[in-house]
Amino acid sequence: MTVLPYLVAGWIFLIGVYGLVTSRDLIHAVGCLAVTQSSTYVLLLAVGYRNGGTAPVFADAPTNSRVVDPVVQALTLTDIVVGATVTALLLALVVQLRKRHGTVDPDALSELKG
Amino acid sequence: MSSRVRLWVFLVGAAGFAALFAAACFDLPAFGTVPHPYGARAMHAALSHHTANVIASVNFDLRAFDTLGEETILFSAVIGTVVLLRQARDEHRKDPEPATIHPPVRRFALLTLPLALLVGLYVIAHGQISPGGGFQGGVVTATALHLLYIAADYRALERVRPLTLYEIGEAAGEAAYVITGFAAVLAGSAFLTNVLPFGTLATLSSGGTAMVLNAAVGLEVTSGIVVLLARFLDQAVEIEEPGEDDGNPRHTGGSGGSGGSGGNGDDER
Repeated sequence: MTVLPYLVAGWIFLIGVYGLVTSRDLIHAVGCLAVTQSSTYVLLLAVGYRNGGTAPVFADAPTNSRVVDPVVQALTLTDIVVGATVTALLLALVVQLRKRHGTVDPDALSELKG
Repeated sequence: MSSRVRLWVFLVGAAGFAALFAAACFDLPAFGTVPHPYGARAMHAALSHHTANVIASVNFDLRAFDTLGEETILFSAVIGTVVLLRQARDEHRKDPEPATIHPPVRRFALLTLPLALLVGLYVIAHGQISPGGGFQGGVVTATALHLLYIAADYRALERVRPLTLYEIGEAAGEAAYVITGFAAVLAGSAFLTNVLPFGTLATLSSGGTAMVLNAAVGLEVTSGIVVLLARFLDQAVEIEEPGEDDGNPRHTGGSGGSGGSGGNGDDER
């Protein structure tokens, strides 16, 4: 079935959003956001795949060999590291919330405090 | 909105998304057989600039300006985390108590540390030739340092990790990227154009500015991750919440450096 990799990407996306919607814990929510984000990696890599293709690195492969699409791989690569640091920033926010409000339950964070 | 209503709103939205996404997937070209016009052009461009790793060429040559933006997101995220996780006025620092480490864990960590450090630096240096580069190698190098936390203790980690130096390193990585871009302007080309000699394909000095930008990103990612982990470790190990402070407060803003305070017998462990 040739559309399976694309459908898997959509499924990972929905699972991540489901986790975000039902989350009772902000750390769990940040994790779910990371899962949602990773669905784009699967989609990008699925779009770039070529049957029988090797890695787009020509250090020891002949320059006319069949390789997978390097553009989507480059997009995925930078997003992974950037996504990791943004996740760290969100977790830092959660740490501060826990300190100032004493809870990490998003439903309990209704009142303003200032 | 109650959680039940929220779930129903999600389910309706998810069903709509799933239907549209599936329809879109069945209209996409079949998996693995697509012609890749951009990929083919990127490969041609990379080979004409003698960069063996096409992905590095896309990142640091063709899309160098985009990578500057991504690097800046990383830079700002680290700064944001540092600001958020600083020591608040009503919090105290407490010297962490050394814990016992099982000898096999310690041996393994000490054995792996130099190896991981070397692999990280190798991956950064060979970014234009082999799979890898500044982003991946930076993460490996930064986490390798933290094996010392597993092998010895937090103090030892603080001693090999003068945090100010890594904060400067992070800024220097970002600055080096921008300066390389302006160097191309001084040489008479557009910002971030590859103006250096391209070298020989698949040697360490190939790729022109791709190699320089790769090193700059490696420096920034290494320093950035070290600073990030340091802040989280600070929160977990050192900073006490206002309520649960049991004496021995240490009102120092910066960490490390104070080797004199380590005289309570945990240094020779």
